[in-house]
Amino acid sequence: MKLEEKLGLIRYNLDKEPHIIVNTEKCEKCRTKPCIVGCPAGCFKIEENKFLFQYEDCIECGTCKIICPKRVIEWSYPRGTFGMAFRYG
Amino acid sequence: MENLDAIVVGAGPAGSAAAYSLAKNGLEVMLVERAKTPGEKNVSGGVLYGQVLHNLIPNYWEKAPLERRITTHRLSLLSNESAFTLDFSSGKRSPVPNDGYSINRYKFDQWFAEQAENAGALLAPGIRVDDLLWKKNRIIGVKAGTDEVQANVVIAADGVNSQLAAKAHMRKEHTSEQMGLGIKEVYKLPRKIIEERFNLIGNEGAAYHFIGCTKGHPGGGFLYTNQDTLSLGLVIFLPAFEVTKDTAPDLMEHYKSHAFIQRLIRDGELKEYSAHLVPEGGYSKITKLYTNGFLVTGDAAGLAFNIGYALEGMNFAIASGIAAAETVIAATKTGDFSKRSLKRYEQVLRDSFVLKDMKTFKRAHNLFNNPRLHSTYPKLVNTFAHDLFTSKAVPRQKLVQLLIRHVLGNVTIPSLIRDGLQVVRGL
Ligand SMILES: Cc1cc2nc3c(=O)[nH]c(=O)nc-3n(C[C@H](O)[C@H](O)[C@H](O)COP(=O)(O)OP(=O)(O)OC[C@H]3O[C@@H](n4cnc5c(N)ncnc54)[C@H](O)[C@@H]3O)c2cc1C
Repeated sequence: MKLEEKLGLIRYNLDKEPHIIVNTEKCEKCRTKPCIVGCPAGCFKIEENKFLFQYEDCIECGTCKIICPKRVIEWSYPRGTFGMAFRYG
Repeated sequence: MENLDAIVVGAGPAGSAAAYSLAKNGLEVMLVERAKTPGEKNVSGGVLYGQVLHNLIPNYWEKAPLERRITTHRLSLLSNESAFTLDFSSGKRSPVPNDGYSINRYKFDQWFAEQAENAGALLAPGIRVDDLLWKKNRIIGVKAGTDEVQANVVIAADGVNSQLAAKAHMRKEHTSEQMGLGIKEVYKLPRKIIEERFNLIGNEGAAYHFIGCTKGHPGGGFLYTNQDTLSLGLVIFLPAFEVTKDTAPDLMEHYKSHAFIQRLIRDGELKEYSAHLVPEGGYSKITKLYTNGFLVTGDAAGLAFNIGYALEGMNFAIASGIAAAETVIAATKTGDFSKRSLKRYEQVLRDSFVLKDMKTFKRAHNLFNNPRLHSTYPKLVNTFAHDLFTSKAVPRQKLVQLLIRHVLGNVTIPSLIRDGLQVVRGL
């Protein structure tokens, strides 16, 4: 099963205010970009040589903030009641 | 609002245990949780070792939503095509089940928070605490959006990414070395099939652990049986992502593609994909545990125990929540909430299994970070077993010779000595 389909099983209550802010200009210069492989929801990627980030699929683990070598990820949990919800956990 | 006795932030096992104990003892306590329903943000494997919960809520197993009582434990070393397994099954059933129960956190956390509420705690779900309130060098409450609530003590039970512990200067920034990423998938299968496949009768359950399923990266896998679902999970220590080209979801797919895992989950319908961090720093990465008007519990404090084949965090969280509550109850009697008075919390933890176990196994961390444990040794054991259990109609070597040949063919003597020492020191 593809990652998108797996994420499709999770309920989201999307906050229009992003809870993660990434300075993608600085990321472009990052040599290793461990966020791309480390994020379990595939929120970071490179497309046509551009570094892209979206917070909408985030499953709120916090990995990106910790592995960012440049420490340029502004991270918090979504505001109360917002974000994703598991049914099994 | 008047000054509360305590505010507990986070309705996971640590927070609900603390709020429950405080409320039971007549204190006014507010339990704040960012999720709309407690549990819906949380992930465990999860096998709950419930001895401490039994001390808090006697015979909890008659009331709590549990899945299966774990009666079979397995540890498998995987190589590409094979699995070498240790299996322990016991017919012995102690009156207090200390062999663990598989649980579903969404149900369990809701139940536990409800117990705290029924005991008199004020549950405030759907609220993310954003900051702490200070008066000079003392913490006197919390801020959520524009709301402020004051209390004699704030108990941080806000989990592995605890922002409160950071804001109270209890810890430095987290580093990858002290964290593992847990990815989990839940598969639905009819009860009967689960029971037949895992050789279980009635409510018996199985807990399987895997080493050698991480493409050589430090980490491990697990599979637990629930009533009508299976929990399949993989933990990868974060430094792997600094070197690997495989994404976290790819590593999960790789693990799942192993023939041995495929058989166990076959025909299961995927119901959920989830991920969560696990504190893996061990004893040396435990945060400061208290300051004026403030205590840190559970994952927020790094209080989780990993001994390779099993991860225990919920029981450590519950025990620390109870210890924090006891400390606050004692402090309320004297009216002294300074760090001098709250120091007692650390002493209680030092005298209990929480800090004792973490200290005893403080070197185990090095062992589990040893990449040979995750590729060379599982392969070696499997090729040895292959020779042991097959007959090729050629003259055989004595078994000990065979073993020595396999070991020396794969590991250099200095590495072997180093690894042996790690085992002796760590375990
Ligand atoms: C894949 C995986 C498998 C595991 N397997 C096991 C196992 O088999 N057995 C075991 O014992 N342990 C296991 N663990 C570890 C266990 O899950 C944790 O140790 C345990 O959940 C810690 O409990 P806690 O109460 O400290 O934190 P959590 O359970 O994380 O609870 C923290 C709570 O705080 C809330 N919160 C966070 N920030 C805020 C805020 N700012 N405002 C309000 N609320 C907030 C969260 O929403 C959450 O409800 C596993 C962990 C993982 C990830």
